[in-house]
Amino acid sequence: MDAAKNQILSQLKRDILPLQGFKKLRADNNINIGFRPIEKAFPNACFPIGCMHEFISNASSDIAATYGFIACLLSKLMQLGGACVSISTTDILFPPALKSFGVDPEKVIFINLKKEKDILYATEQALKCNKLTAVLVDIKNISFKESRRFQLAAEQSRVTGFIIRNQPYSVNTIACVSRWQITSIASELQDAMPGVGFPRWNVELLKVRNGIPGKWKIEWTADSFIEIKENIAILSKEVRKIG
Amino acid sequence: MSKRFVAIWFSFLQADWMIYHNPLLKEIPFVLASSDHGRMKITQVSALAKRKGIYVGMAVADARIILPCIEVLDDKPELANKLLKKISLWCIRYTPIISIDSFDGLLLDISGCAHLWGNEKNYLKDIISKLRSFGYHIRAAIADTIGAAWAISRYGKIQAIIKSGEQASAITNLPPEALRLSMYTLERLHKLGLYTIGSFMNMPRSVLRRRFGQQLLLRLDEALGHEEENFQSVIPIEAYYESLPSLEPIKTRPGIEIALQRLLEILCNRLQHEAKGLHSATFKGYRIDNEIERIDIVTNHPSNNVHHLFNLFEIKIGTIEPALGIELFTLEASRVEDIITLQQTFWAANSSLESKEIAELLDCLQSKFGNNILRRYLPDEHHLPERSVKPATSLTEKPSIPWPTNKLRPIRLLKEPKHIEVTAPIPDYPPMNFRYEGKLYKVKKADACERIEAEWWLSNELHRDYYVVEDEEGKRYWLFRSGHYNDQEKPAWFIHGFFA
Repeated sequence: MDAAKNQILSQLKRDILPLQGFKKLRADNNINIGFRPIEKAFPNACFPIGCMHEFISNASSDIAATYGFIACLLSKLMQLGGACVSISTTDILFPPALKSFGVDPEKVIFINLKKEKDILYATEQALKCNKLTAVLVDIKNISFKESRRFQLAAEQSRVTGFIIRNQPYSVNTIACVSRWQITSIASELQDAMPGVGFPRWNVELLKVRNGIPGKWKIEWTADSFIEIKENIAILSKEVRKIG
Repeated sequence: MSKRFVAIWFSFLQADWMIYHNPLLKEIPFVLASSDHGRMKITQVSALAKRKGIYVGMAVADARIILPCIEVLDDKPELANKLLKKISLWCIRYTPIISIDSFDGLLLDISGCAHLWGNEKNYLKDIISKLRSFGYHIRAAIADTIGAAWAISRYGKIQAIIKSGEQASAITNLPPEALRLSMYTLERLHKLGLYTIGSFMNMPRSVLRRRFGQQLLLRLDEALGHEEENFQSVIPIEAYYESLPSLEPIKTRPGIEIALQRLLEILCNRLQHEAKGLHSATFKGYRIDNEIERIDIVTNHPSNNVHHLFNLFEIKIGTIEPALGIELFTLEASRVEDIITLQQTFWAANSSLESKEIAELLDCLQSKFGNNILRRYLPDEHHLPERSVKPATSLTEKPSIPWPTNKLRPIRLLKEPKHIEVTAPIPDYPPMNFRYEGKLYKVKKADACERIEAEWWLSNELHRDYYVVEDEEGKRYWLFRSGHYNDQEKPAWFIHGFFA
């Protein structure tokens, strides 16, 4: 009896997933972001593509960290080539820096628009273009209705969208499969050497549809994520050295 | 098929134009004059003044003696050319190939056009009556050659339309002036008593060449059709050009859309056969009140996709003002390139910038928001961060040098470095803390400096010493000191970027 019940439940769960925006991935299209704990937080234990991800940054200083983390994800998404569009009101990204996160800067097309309304239009059009790999959009305020249009377009075209919301007026619910918040944390060099180390972030997965939200401290070294063990961070509280 | 030409002669071009714009002048004999060697010389006379015996080239003082009531107006040197240019554009309704003939006439290549008006007689009558209704005194003639048409329009008295192949007999009785010869040759001809073309037309060529030079023979051959004459059209003929006249003036948006769709289908069909695509195109509507409405589009990749091009034009159709109606639509592709056909993959999971869909998306956004919204960057051979990237000229342009990876660059770069106040321990050390936008940041960690010299051949800025620093909260910044420490003044510090 119980076994039959469980089977029905798991079958129902599987049926619900596509309705929530997690389309079943093609076998050859499985993206591995190279960090199991984050992947495990998502249903099917793989990073979902073809849907919208929301990134909130509450301080303007965190915007660089947010873009850094997204650039890391992009490098994984664009492993097999592909192009990406970044839509915003101002030039935010400095292309040469993308190279150090493993993204070819010449494959990123920047679109600068003045009005938020125009950004919404351009984003939806870009999300409908199935030849793009990802669309980044920097927008402060977005309503549920607008975000749902994005999500539907992304599901249709299998383009992955990243909405970056820098200090929004209100953190309203929007139709995305996940909500992230990235903040920088102090870097460490090996053996308490002086100087600035690899970028480190506190990655918070605040919401995820049908998954398990979580919180990780990770470091980006050369081309992969590494989880920071808490105890190391405590150990190396060294005296400031410079030079 | 033999060619046919119309020559139109405006005998009082500027004067007629002035009367048209100032009807009061109609009753007064007036002349246009400009200063020549310190005296006022008449450059153009009105029809009325001419009847009173005033002619071009006369001094104004002499004319005043003959006709004290004469009105003298200033001649604008560019006016004649401007008027002819405008009239020639108006004449596009008769033929697409029109040329301006010196400063008082037009030449129209009407091969294969006249039958649209029934016959040449109706055709010519239409031209003459339309132009006369604007107030111009004109004479026009049709012949097989430019030379013959020119001669008949100026000097012909019997008939205006010379049948094909009959130009020799038509110009026999005309004076040698009808051949567009130089003053010197004309004088010699008159001196020798050759008052008509017929009197020397059949003389041996060697004799004519010896006495009057090569020019006379050339002009004679051109008039008779033995020699092809150069014809330079005012409107350059586009290689990829389609036109669609409408039976009745079009005033509505659906009408314009149908015309556009049909023109695009014809043009794209042709482009597809030649494996070409257009980069930029212009759609024009000729209104019945002589205005031209136009919309232009530019694409990133050469395209011959009717649907896509139609969408690009469609965004701008709203700017067309049909007013009383549009009677002719034209579509021309001003830049056409070969299409490189990409091999399609079956499972197009990933793509590149060469893909057609991306180019079409960008075309759509550009035509809606303007061409300058799009940026794509390539590395440039400069060390200063703001000069280290350059915008790509096209979607397919590849980086000419590899992206530099040996130096750390911030993911967010400020467009202009912002001034900060710092506390720095000793020269050439990173600061201990800095104040940016009113907030104090305490530096916890820092890397050794990276010196970037300003390029003296481009600007005379000071060199910059860049430091990567990290504050208490773990946020990373890019600061620089501009110039050296010296005894007089402290160097300025700036913040230039944010690391991830």
